Amino acid sequence: MGRGAVSLRGVSKSFGTVAAVRDVSLEVAPGEFLTLLGPSGCGKTTLLRMIAGLESPESGRILLSERDVTDDPPHRRPVNTVFQHYALFPHRTVAGNVAFGLEMAGRARADIVPRVERALEMVRLSGMGSRRVDQLSGGQRQRVALARAVVLEPEVLLLDEPMSALDRKLREEMRAEVKSLHRRLGTTFVFVTHDQEEALALSDRVVVMNDGLIEQMGSPPEIYDVPRTRFVAEFLAVRNILPGDVQSADGGAAVVRTENGLMLRSRAAGFVAGERVWVGVRPERMGFDGAGENRVAGVLEDRLFLGDRSEWHVRAGADLLTVSEPGTSTGRQAGDAVTVTFEAAALLRLVEPALRPPRP
Amino acid sequence: MSPRHRQAVLLLAPAALLLVVLVGGSQALMLAASLGRRSAYGGVTHDWGLQNYLRALEPLYVRVLARSVGLAAATTIACLVVGYPVAYWLARRAPPTMRRALLVLVILPFWTSFLVRMYAWMFLLRTEGLVNLALGAIGLPALSLLYNPTAVLLGQVYGELPFIILPLYASLEKLDPELLDAAADLGAAPGQVLRRVVLPLTWPGIVAGSILVFIPSLGAYLAPDLLGGARYVYVGSLIQSQFAVARDIPFGAALSFALSAGVLLALWLLRRPLRAGAGESA
Repeated sequence: MGRGAVSLRGVSKSFGTVAAVRDVSLEVAPGEFLTLLGPSGCGKTTLLRMIAGLESPESGRILLSERDVTDDPPHRRPVNTVFQHYALFPHRTVAGNVAFGLEMAGRARADIVPRVERALEMVRLSGMGSRRVDQLSGGQRQRVALARAVVLEPEVLLLDEPMSALDRKLREEMRAEVKSLHRRLGTTFVFVTHDQEEALALSDRVVVMNDGLIEQMGSPPEIYDVPRTRFVAEFLAVRNILPGDVQSADGGAAVVRTENGLMLRSRAAGFVAGERVWVGVRPERMGFDGAGENRVAGVLEDRLFLGDRSEWHVRAGADLLTVSEPGTSTGRQAGDAVTVTFEAAALLRLVEPALRPPRP
Repeated sequence: MSPRHRQAVLLLAPAALLLVVLVGGSQALMLAASLGRRSAYGGVTHDWGLQNYLRALEPLYVRVLARSVGLAAATTIACLVVGYPVAYWLARRAPPTMRRALLVLVILPFWTSFLVRMYAWMFLLRTEGLVNLALGAIGLPALSLLYNPTAVLLGQVYGELPFIILPLYASLEKLDPELLDAAADLGAAPGQVLRRVVLPLTWPGIVAGSILVFIPSLGAYLAPDLLGGARYVYVGSLIQSQFAVARDIPFGAALSFALSAGVLLALWLLRRPLRAGAGESA
C-alpha cells in the first residue's frame, strides 16, 4: 500500500520575482490518473518538474510512495517523465533510447534486451529497435518516449504535455493509447496539459491550476458540470459569463440581476442575497424559443458553423450571448429576432477565488 | 551550363583562383625544391632524387618529429581539459545577456600579434620576470620557468585555447537542455550524463577543435623558439632554420612535405573514429 502515492505538502517555487507555484498541497492516490490542467504559465509544468526532481521547491515537502524525496536528485527518484518534445537521444537508436535507463541502473545486457523488446511491443514499435530516432514520425517518437519511461517500471509516470506537438488526428490516437497503457500498467500517472478535452477524456481526477494555485479539483464530470470559479468556467468553455447581484436567494432558487439588467433564475447552491457574483451558462444548455424559466430577447448577429452544430452570437441589449444549436441546417439568419431560453438549473454560480494568498 | 552551375562557378572562382595560384603554385615549387640538392650558395640545383626525404628519416630528425607530435598531442589534450569546462560554462551557465561579451573576451588575444604575446610570456617567466618577482616578494626562492618544455607547452596552450573553445561552444550551445533532464530522469548521475550524453553529442565540436589545435601545434615554431630556448628543437623551428639559417631549402622543403603528408595520413587513418565517435549505437 502506498506505492505510487504522491504527496505535495505546501510546495512553493518562484523564478526570480515570478511565483510559479504557490503553497500547493495535493495528494495523488496510488494508480490514479491525475491531470494538472491550466494555461501556460499556471505552474503545472513546474509542479511536475518538482515531482521529477528537475526543479527543487523553495519550501514544502514532496513524498513519493510515502517517502520524503524533497532533497533527492532526479536520478534517485522512482519516477520517469515523458517530455513535451520527447527528448530522445539523437545519438542512440530506438532500442538504445529505451535501454538507456536500464544501462544506467547497471542491468545486465541479457536482462536489458528482452525488457526493451517488451517495452517496444507495448507501444506497438516491435521490430523498430534499430531505427535511428530521426527516421521516426512524431507519433512514433512519442511512443519511444513512452516506452523509454515505462521500461523502468516507475512508481509514478509523469507526462508533460506529451501530445501538444502532434496533429489533431494523431493526438486522438495517442489519447487512447495513453489511456490503455495506464489501464495495463496500473501505475500512477500525473499528466500535464492545457487541453481541457484531453484532461476530461483521460483523467480519474482533474486539478485546474491558475497563477501557481489550485483553482479547483474533482472528477471530470464534477469539474465540467459544476465549475466553481470564473476562471475554471472560462477554461472549460462556459461562454456566457456575466456579472450580477443576487436579488433573492431562497433554498434552491435564486434570482440574479445582471449588470445589464437581465433577471435570471438559478438553482445553483451557495447564493446569498445581496452578494456580487458571476453567473455562467454553457452555450449547449441554451436554446431558441424553447422551455426554461429563463427567457432573454435578442437579435441574431452571426453564425459559426462547426459541423455537428452551429454557434450563434445573439445580441441581447448590452450583452452578447453565445448559443449552440445542434444540427447542420438552420432556419434562422442573422437579423432575426429570437428568444433565448434556458433552464434555471443551467445557470452556474461562479466566484472569483477567495482566500488567495497575497502575491509576494 | 545551368544557371545553378554558373552561379557556383562565379561564387567560387575568386577563392579557387587564389588557392590554385598561391597555394598550389608555391607547393609545386616546394615539391620541386624538395627533390633537388642544395647548391653552394644556398640555391637549388636540379639534381632530382629522394635524398632529402631519406635524410628526414634519420633518427636525429625522427626524434625531433616525435617531440613535435608529443607537444601537439599535449597541447590538444591540455586545451580540451581547460577549454571544455570554459565552453560549457559559456554555453550553458553564463547569463545569456553576458555571453556575447564573454565570447569577445575569448578572442580578444587575437587583437595582439602572437609574437608580442610570446614576448609577454617571456617577461612573465624569465628569471627576473613578474612571477619570480612576486615569489621573491613573499620570500620564496626564484624558479627557473623559462626555456624548458613546460614553458613551450604553456605558451602553446595559451595561444591555441580560443581555437578549441569556439567550436566546443558552438556544439555545446546546440545541445538541447531537455536531453540532460531526460538523462537525469532516467537515472543517470551527473558523471554519467556527461559521459553518455554530453560528450557523445558534442563529439563533432571536440574533433573540430582538436584538429584546429593539433595541426598548427605540430608545426609551431614561435613558442618553441622563444619559450623553449635552443635546447629543444621542434620540427617547426627545424624547418624554419633550414630556410633562414642553414640555407638548405631542399631539406626544409622535404621536411615540410613529410610533415603535411604525416598529418593527412593520420587524419585519414583516424577518419572513422573521428566521424563516428558521436554514433554511440544501441
